[in-house]
Formats: sequence, structure tokens, C-alpha cells
Amino acid sequence: MLTRLVEEVPRFLGYYNVVFLLKAAWVTLALSAVGCSLGLLIGFFIAMVRVTRGNLLIPVRGVCISYVEFFRRIPFLVTLMIIFFLYEALGWDVTVFTVALTSVCLIAASYTAEIVRSGLESVNVKQWEAAETMNLNLIQTLRWVILPQAWKVILPPAFSFFILFIKDTALASQISVVELTYAGKVLNNKGFSAVLVFGSVLLLYFIISYPLARFGAWMEKKLVVSKTGRR
Amino acid sequence: MSYLRLEGVEAAYGNVRVLNGIDLSVEKGEVVSLIGPSGSGKSTLLRVLVGLNKPLSGRVLLEGRPIDYRSRKSLRAARDHFAIVFQQYNLFQNMTVLKNVTIAPVKIKKWDARQVEKDAVTLLEKVGLGDKIKAYPDELSGGQQQRVAIARALALRPDILLLDEVTSALDPELVNEVLDTIRLLSREGRTMVIVSHEMGFVKEISGKVVFMDQGKIVESGTPEVIMDRPDTDRAREFMAKILRH
Repeated sequence: MLTRLVEEVPRFLGYYNVVFLLKAAWVTLALSAVGCSLGLLIGFFIAMVRVTRGNLLIPVRGVCISYVEFFRRIPFLVTLMIIFFLYEALGWDVTVFTVALTSVCLIAASYTAEIVRSGLESVNVKQWEAAETMNLNLIQTLRWVILPQAWKVILPPAFSFFILFIKDTALASQISVVELTYAGKVLNNKGFSAVLVFGSVLLLYFIISYPLARFGAWMEKKLVVSKTGRR
Repeated sequence: MSYLRLEGVEAAYGNVRVLNGIDLSVEKGEVVSLIGPSGSGKSTLLRVLVGLNKPLSGRVLLEGRPIDYRSRKSLRAARDHFAIVFQQYNLFQNMTVLKNVTIAPVKIKKWDARQVEKDAVTLLEKVGLGDKIKAYPDELSGGQQQRVAIARALALRPDILLLDEVTSALDPELVNEVLDTIRLLSREGRTMVIVSHEMGFVKEISGKVVFMDQGKIVESGTPEVIMDRPDTDRAREFMAKILRH
């Protein structure tokens, strides 16, 4: 068994297979990176809309809340299908990659919106009041007062979500986006040993997500001013 | 013309009325204290002045000009005249003492940063915290934090200083350092509206004492009259309860 595996390695690591796997890893990385960053951006925006007050923005807040509640409640795979058929219904000819990208952004935004909101809400409402009476506007209050105190509540769940999310992009294989999991299946079907194929896939997932975890830890250190400001 | 004037001000939290038609005037340089049982609307009155609670009806006039609390512009302009100090200090936890004091004057009022900083240090020295400018709020005692909060309010050069139960959250031994700071301010002739349960202090510092109950002003007058021989039963009852311990 083991000797067969070892004998298979040179053939498995042939030029085309390696390129195929790296390209697939690149797709996974792209889906995750774009999904997370765009999602975080939109999520931030939604969370900020949700902390506004006043009647003027009630409809916008309504849309934001419905959006978040909707996309957090349906499975990733269903979202993929919805977006897939939505594009089709609209008659837009897009690649499956675009479908997957749209889906991951929508999903990431809804989750990060909640993570950011809970972070903003963790800051005592009296900090808002003090800022308000000193004539700081919403953006100034968020930027100078609330966010610096909210990071420590936002970052840990945000990064654990991102890492989970990298793995969830595997579901895009269901609509035949050639990302890591899909590539694994293809190579496995070609007759390569499952241990080799999925071992490599596993390694590549790790290589993608580990730096992100480290980056998260670094960000926490950098942004999270402990209450005494020294850590 | 009174410097600050309230006419029939009403306010509510949801369906609960907390202010039922407040008429009050504050002269320049006057120290007015609001006393009364909890829930009588004293703190709400201060919150209404700075627009943290919106008045349902009535008018607030500053130097004869009404403040329109529904207009952001009018409210922002009014807030330039007020500074409020809260019971829980509400210092920005992520900023040093100095930054707490300087942020609004520098970033919002756009005053010269170097000058603001110099003034801030002077103010902090005045409240006895000249050696703490680099400290963070949670490294300070409650009394120290509250003095920083007072310095932060003063740095905005307000015309009227609003003090909302500023000693109520403090340990007893820390109360005096804050009261001393306020005494200092009253000697400088600052206009202040104070909500306090420190009766001895109120009596000593106030030009006028206002006794409130259930969202109304029951009685107002000199501290001697309101605190020693009030006209109304309600005020007498309150004083008796307060002074019993």
C-alpha cells in the first residue's frame, strides 16, 4: 500500500497536476479573499446603518436587517443555487466563478454585519452620549471612540468566521467551479490515490488559512488597545 | 432677559412622562441646583438641554433665542454653549487623559492644537491631575476620572456647565476632591446647573435651589428657604427624609 503510494508520487506531481491544483488553490483563495474583504466592507456598512437613528433611514435599516436575517438563515448551497438561477433568469451570461463570487460576498457580508454590529453594541451607550454632546458626528464617533473599543469584540469572531469561510467555499464545487475540492475530486476520478489527492488538497487549505489566522492574531495585537492601552 | 430659560418643557421616555412643564431660568454666573427624589426628572432636564432626550413641547431659550431640537444645526450650535459631566464620567476608554480633554476642541472646534494642549494641561493641573495626563481612564480612581471629565467639559469653554450627579458613583472618600473642584469653579463665577444629592454642598454653593418632584418644579428659591423652611409639604417631607441620616 505504502510503496504503491510512494511510487505514485512522481506521476501525481507531474507538471499538469501541480498547475491544476495550484490554479484551483488560487480560485479558493480568490473566492475567500474577495468574499471576506468585500463582505467585511459591506458588513461594516450594514452594521453602521443599523446603529443610525432617526426616521429618515428607517427603510434602509429595514432592508439591511432583512438582508442579514435572510442570508444568515439559508444554507450556503441554497444561496449558490438561488444566485445561479437568478443570473439565469435575468438572462445574464456569467461564469460559474462569478456566481460563486457573488454568493460568497452576499454570505460573508451578512455574517460580518452581525459580528461588527455586536462589536459596536458591546461599547457602552454612554460613550456615544458623551461623544454626541461634544458634537462628534456619527462617523467621528465610530472612528475615534467606538471602533477602537469594539475591535476586541469584533476581531476574534471575524477571523474565526473567515477561516470557516475558506472551507465553506468548497461548496462552490457543487456548481462545478474548479476550486480545491473540485480539483481533488477530478484528480481522484482520474485514478490518483485519494490519500495523495486529498492530502495535497488538505495541505493547500492549510497553507491558505494558516497565514490568515496568524494575520488575525497580529491584527488583534495591533488594533486591540487593552483598556489600559498597553497591550 | 435670562441667560437660559425653559418654558413649559415636557419630555417622556416612551409613554412615561418624565417632565411635565418645566419653567426655569438661569442667569449668567448663577449656580442652580436641582434636587428631589429619584425619578423626579432632574437628570432628564439636563439631558433635554443637551439634546440627548428630545423635548415633546415647550421652549428652551439661550440668550433669548429658542433652540430647535429637531434641527441638527440648531442643536449643534446650542451644544457649543453647554458642556455636561455625567454620573459615570463617560471618559473615552481608548484615549489618554490628555486626549480625552483635547479631542473635541482640536477635532471639532478646530482650535489650535498646541494652544488646546497647553490649556488642557493647565486645566488638568487645576483639577489636581497634572501628573496623570498620559494615564488611561481605567488606571484612575473614580474621583480622578470625574475630575478629568470636568476638565474635559471645561476645555470646551462652555457658557453653562451641567453636572449630573457627578459624585453619586464615587466612593465616599473620593467625593470631596470632586466637590472641591466644583467649588473652585463656582468661585470663578461659572454658570452651572447641578443635579446633586449632596445637600450640604448644594446649600453652600447654589444661588438658587429647585425642588422637583414627578417631573414638575414644586418649589424654587434661595437654598435657605428651600432647604430650611420650604413652603410645600412635599419639599418638607423630602428634606426631612434626606436630613434624617
